[in-house]
Amino acid sequence: MKKENTSQSPRKNRFAALFSSLIRKDWFQTIFSSLVCIAGGLLVGFIALLIIEPSGAVEAILAIIRCFFKFGNTGMILKYFGQTLVRSVPLLMCALSVLFAYKAGMFNIGVAGQYTAGACIALYAAIAWHLPWYLCLLLAILVGAALGALAGLLKTAFNVNVVISGIMLNWIALYLTNQILGTVKTITNDTPELSGTYQSALLPKLGLDQLFNGEKSVTIAIPLAILIAIAVWVVLYKTKFGYELKATGHNPHAAQYAGMKSNLNIVLTMAISGGIAALGAGLLFLTGITKWDTGISSLPAEGFNGIAVAFLGGLSPLGSLLSSFFIQYITFGGTFVSTDFYSPHISSLISSLIIYLCAFSAFIKYIIGVCLRKHDEKIAAQAAQKHEEGGTEE
Amino acid sequence: MILLLQYTLIFASVLLLVALGGCFSERSGVINIGLEGIMVMGGLGGALVLKFLPPEAGVFPMVLLAVLASALFGMLFSLLLAVASISFKADQTIVGTAMNMLAVAAATVFVKAMNTKISAAEGGKDVSSDILFPHTKDLLIVRIDSFEFNWFMPVALACLIISFIVLYKTRFGLRLRSCGEHPQASASVGISVTKMRYAGVLISGVLGGIGGLTFITAGVSKWTFEHGVAGFGFLAMAVMIFGSWHPLKIALAALLFGFFRALGNVYTGFDLLTMLNIPGVVYNMLPYIISLVVLAFTSKKSRAPKAAGIPYEKGSR
Repeated sequence: MKKENTSQSPRKNRFAALFSSLIRKDWFQTIFSSLVCIAGGLLVGFIALLIIEPSGAVEAILAIIRCFFKFGNTGMILKYFGQTLVRSVPLLMCALSVLFAYKAGMFNIGVAGQYTAGACIALYAAIAWHLPWYLCLLLAILVGAALGALAGLLKTAFNVNVVISGIMLNWIALYLTNQILGTVKTITNDTPELSGTYQSALLPKLGLDQLFNGEKSVTIAIPLAILIAIAVWVVLYKTKFGYELKATGHNPHAAQYAGMKSNLNIVLTMAISGGIAALGAGLLFLTGITKWDTGISSLPAEGFNGIAVAFLGGLSPLGSLLSSFFIQYITFGGTFVSTDFYSPHISSLISSLIIYLCAFSAFIKYIIGVCLRKHDEKIAAQAAQKHEEGGTEE
Repeated sequence: MILLLQYTLIFASVLLLVALGGCFSERSGVINIGLEGIMVMGGLGGALVLKFLPPEAGVFPMVLLAVLASALFGMLFSLLLAVASISFKADQTIVGTAMNMLAVAAATVFVKAMNTKISAAEGGKDVSSDILFPHTKDLLIVRIDSFEFNWFMPVALACLIISFIVLYKTRFGLRLRSCGEHPQASASVGISVTKMRYAGVLISGVLGGIGGLTFITAGVSKWTFEHGVAGFGFLAMAVMIFGSWHPLKIALAALLFGFFRALGNVYTGFDLLTMLNIPGVVYNMLPYIISLVVLAFTSKKSRAPKAAGIPYEKGSR
């Protein structure tokens, strides 16, 4: 009994020491609070499943968590892993778009509309004009950037709330997209298949599909998205423009006073943000994995999920890499839930709960701070007491 | 022409109710981006009453119960905003956005589960997110000649009058408004900023909920909850800004926006408009375009409550 204790306690101490040094790091606190949000979201989602039908709830939540691993066969897992990555790309791009604007103090809720516009022009250029993929992507970036810049201009020139103008532009973009792509749609309301007639618009694979058991949708979109995430990080943290942008976000008046052109920076930021979101749409639709349905009357989910991804990733480009995969993973997991009782929307319920909880992340960090301070005070008090005891003995 | 008037009035009622809700919340100092979600939840509450209460219950109890249910659902849902942004000082924009997503997801999951269960008991399979309320046409609407008078129109009017009186003629209203302008000053004379802000947000939940019910029952007998409310909550925020946070001006703004929204429904009935041969999509986009233009002209000198959107910190000036 005694032996076990002595052999365990040094290891325990080492863990405790490691934990207490990590918990003081800001990045660790961010990851910690994101994990708390995920746990909370899953817990409430599980409760919702229990309320709907208790008998299948455990199985359903496990189906979401296990997702494509349920197949058990490596080939299938690789294939679905590839698909999940392909569909995480637009989420990552939307998240980068949101966080880039957020650093400059703008809440770019228009990301859904910029994404829609990107899908519209990329597909239209591919189908109507038979353009190659790189020109389609370029056009998408330009249109998205124009839409983003419009919201930025409305803010700087007319003081229109970005959230409201963003939402209005979202709906305008959706109606226009359905109208424009309606001119090239097939009889099923969807845009036509890209492979075959519009082969040149498909993104090149460079043999990447071989890594994922021949999954056809795996293209250069995945490495490209990772490169863009790194580029966003570099721009935000290693350039003068990034510094000015963050300064404008903290206090536009102070930034202006310090000689920065805060209005120009806001418009530029929104343009870049819109461009990234629209590129994300191009990187999804030009893989041929999905088509645009011109009959839809709600905005594509990628935009709003991108907001979830950005906040879950602690508003960091590198964190968003992980969180975009996670959100896509549970969204995909939702499709494996038995439809006898539940609907796949349980996944969007969980991801919206996660964003709601992310709003508390500042509070979670505050609580960690308070706990640490109390802990430190206790240790300091103990040390002082020991010192005092030592002093009296002498 | 009568059809246009009828749709204008009903959409104006929706916008008026929801914008008044936003007004209470912002006047107390909390920006309520979650109005869209509150509308969905309020609509769900009311739709459930309309679906499950037998039509024999009579017009008055039915309308009353539906309104009460939507108000209750809206209020409970707005608690999510109140707790997060007032008690925990969370970012109001994030919380509101999360609420909008949450409301659509939760309502869809719930209605689908309900439909699945009901249809399974009857031996079928219905996994839609629709709620049907076939009797409402007879209940909510009174025909006056060819004009379909909707009971929600007087409800909206009553809410307008009450809101004006509460905000401008009572002690509570004065205190509420002071918390949106300078909460530290309000606190210094003994007003509980927290309580006032909770009141503002919860009232916005009530009004937004009723507005949601009005919207989903406007001229249709079924609602698909997967679609949410198509940005109407945000249109209402534009109405509120255009109405410069004042109930009477909001009412005029709601009429204007309601008119443009109604045009999209009835433009085919006008020879002049059909002759112009403008594609229908233009009319669908019109309310959003108009609101952008109007906001561009009015936002510059807008007088938003000074402390709206800023969490209350006792220590700060």
